[in-house]
Amino acid sequence: MAREILMPQLGADMTEGTLLNWLKQPGDQVQPGDIIAEVESDKATIEVPVESGGTILELKGQPGDALTVGSVIGTIGEAGESAPAPAKAAPVEAAQPAPAAEKQTNGAATAEAEAVDAPPAPPTPEPVAEANGDYPDGIKASPIARRIAAERGIDLRQVRGSGPAGRIVKSDIEGYVAPPAPKSAPAPQATPAPAIAGQTWGTLPQGPDVEIIDVTRLRSRIATRMIQSKQQVPHFYVTSAMDTQALLALRVELNNELPDDQKITVNDLIIKAAGLTLVDFPNLNTHFYGDKLVRYKRINIGIAVALPNGGLMNVVAKDVDKTSIGVIARRNKEMIGRAREGKVKPEDLEGSTFTVSNLGAYDVEHFLAIINPPEAAILAVGTAKKIPVVLADGTLGVGNQMKVTISVDHRVSDGAEGAQYMQKFKALIENPMRLLI
Amino acid sequence: MAERNMSMRDALRIALHEEMERDDTVFVMGEEVAYWHGTHKVTREFINEYGESRVKDTPISEMAIAGAAVGAAMAGLRPVAEIMTINFAFLAFDAIINHAAKIRYMFDGQFKVPMVVRSATGWGMQATASHSQTPEPIFAHFPGVYVGCPSNARDAKGMLKAAIRDDNPVLFTEVIALYPKPSPVPDDPDFIIPIGKSDLKREGDHVTLVAYGRGVEWALQAADQLEKDGVRAEVVDMRWLRPLDMSLVFESFKKTNRCVVVEESLPHFSFGSEIAAQIQEQMFDYMDAPIKRVSALDVPLPFAHDIELMALPNAQKVVDAVKEIL
Repeated sequence: MAREILMPQLGADMTEGTLLNWLKQPGDQVQPGDIIAEVESDKATIEVPVESGGTILELKGQPGDALTVGSVIGTIGEAGESAPAPAKAAPVEAAQPAPAAEKQTNGAATAEAEAVDAPPAPPTPEPVAEANGDYPDGIKASPIARRIAAERGIDLRQVRGSGPAGRIVKSDIEGYVAPPAPKSAPAPQATPAPAIAGQTWGTLPQGPDVEIIDVTRLRSRIATRMIQSKQQVPHFYVTSAMDTQALLALRVELNNELPDDQKITVNDLIIKAAGLTLVDFPNLNTHFYGDKLVRYKRINIGIAVALPNGGLMNVVAKDVDKTSIGVIARRNKEMIGRAREGKVKPEDLEGSTFTVSNLGAYDVEHFLAIINPPEAAILAVGTAKKIPVVLADGTLGVGNQMKVTISVDHRVSDGAEGAQYMQKFKALIENPMRLLI
Repeated sequence: MAERNMSMRDALRIALHEEMERDDTVFVMGEEVAYWHGTHKVTREFINEYGESRVKDTPISEMAIAGAAVGAAMAGLRPVAEIMTINFAFLAFDAIINHAAKIRYMFDGQFKVPMVVRSATGWGMQATASHSQTPEPIFAHFPGVYVGCPSNARDAKGMLKAAIRDDNPVLFTEVIALYPKPSPVPDDPDFIIPIGKSDLKREGDHVTLVAYGRGVEWALQAADQLEKDGVRAEVVDMRWLRPLDMSLVFESFKKTNRCVVVEESLPHFSFGSEIAAQIQEQMFDYMDAPIKRVSALDVPLPFAHDIELMALPNAQKVVDAVKEIL
């Protein structure tokens, strides 16, 4: 009996992935869990496992195709069996636009990153609400609101819902005023025009002096997120300088006892300190959802990792408050390695409640990080540097100092709490034995 | 023609009286309907006017009352059988559902069953769990028997006369709490409200309140309250649970896109469930909010009066439900 292979969802907010290549061919025998394809999502290159074993009868799609989550990407069965007629498509496929059609619509959430080779279309304004996969098209709207919106060609993602729990209701559609249309001048056909919210700066420069590079999905995603954050999240910043001599000494001492593959980095210690501090500041371990605050009981620290080919990715150290520094260090090393090789697992990327960005390796004084919404705060860590200090006996000596800045969403928290967080964090860094308890 | 203000009890009495005057085959029967003038006094003085041949006291056996009515109807009379409260009609279920409702169909029309079972319904009078039920939706489950429940004196007269004149069995329930409530009733002895015709009791354009029987009273009170907040509620009185006339509900819902169903009865497999199901099937593209139901709580009714009232619907619960979906 032939069975359909469905495109799995390999990340909480993944709606589709671009097929990079098939790792199996029709006729190949597979076991449950075998990797049949590699796809690129907004975030990473991900391996697609097959759920059941058998002989691959058919694989649908060429490298470069966008595969919608839940769509049929192949069939599997017994050797010699033929693939079922295409009419027997999975219901979920019928409910969603086919990948080809999707490229030309402005509606699907994924169109942001897909519009690279789409026909000229007005730039899509920033959606007013985050898509929620629980609802049709990711939008909570009443049936009549949907119908009228469809009749009038209104993009529901642009409408603010005034009904119970943010539902878009009829009056929201009737009262909706479309944003003014852009002033003509569609970009030339060949122009890469990622539909991220932003500006076009007139005609695209051309000629021998410039190189035109397509915006990758990852870059596009970062751009959308960061615009969202900078436009919508009122940041404030608190910077604190701290003595790192004890921290660096502790690290040397620990690593003396550890084999190379288990060595602890300064960043691992900082992440542990950031997480332990959050235990006392649950309000900063909170995500902002408009009229609701989501306070997380787990403390999962996102670690911003720069990727070798540009871009960055947040891998997530889970439950850092409850996890020993040795385990944190080992997991971080594995996750960061996978991220840099483009082999990150979906679970590496999920569940971040608070982020740490550390540019200490680049000899920076200090810097300010942009909050990764809906998180409430991010910590920016500068380089630990030798500086002249006044010692306890009043004489001048050599100290080792690091500046750390927390960026906080002012909708969630206020300056005093940010400052108290930094005070506590500094105390942990300067008395690092507590990180080992 | 002239109208007079009268209680629902009097309107029913006059309707019965007029039909007995008009048609010799109409007669009443039931526990204490003759010499005690009926438990709810709807047949007051009938025994003196029409005598024992047309006003019959029966044994205390609901099965016998309903069964005898089926036989009399098959034989060409038009019995109006009173079952003291609908809680006792469970004993007559076999006669009403297996016989009255099926005979015309199973005998291919050779026999008709032109009978009316009148029965008092409703709760809130400390009659305890087994005497405080409103199971008319259960009877409306079955094809072959009409089920009606008036919300006021005027409708009671027109609906009861239609029931008596119809050639099919009708379960006619009367809300005890509404018996004393007056409204203007036409004197016209041929004032008929056809079986299966719902009625718009109040116009509005923000939300449709659908009710029957006592639920209409709560819906109208809620509409008064809501109007103070600028919410105009439309009230549809279904009058008949079978046949169920959804035309006004659909018309109203197209305008309001929102609906709260008000019912005195229990929520499980209920009147409200049926209305909500039909709206979502037929009106899906007009829905702007979930359909809400205001029902009694899903419990046997408590005896203590304050707790009893907590278990029942009321106007405030209707207002709250409307505000939840606005």
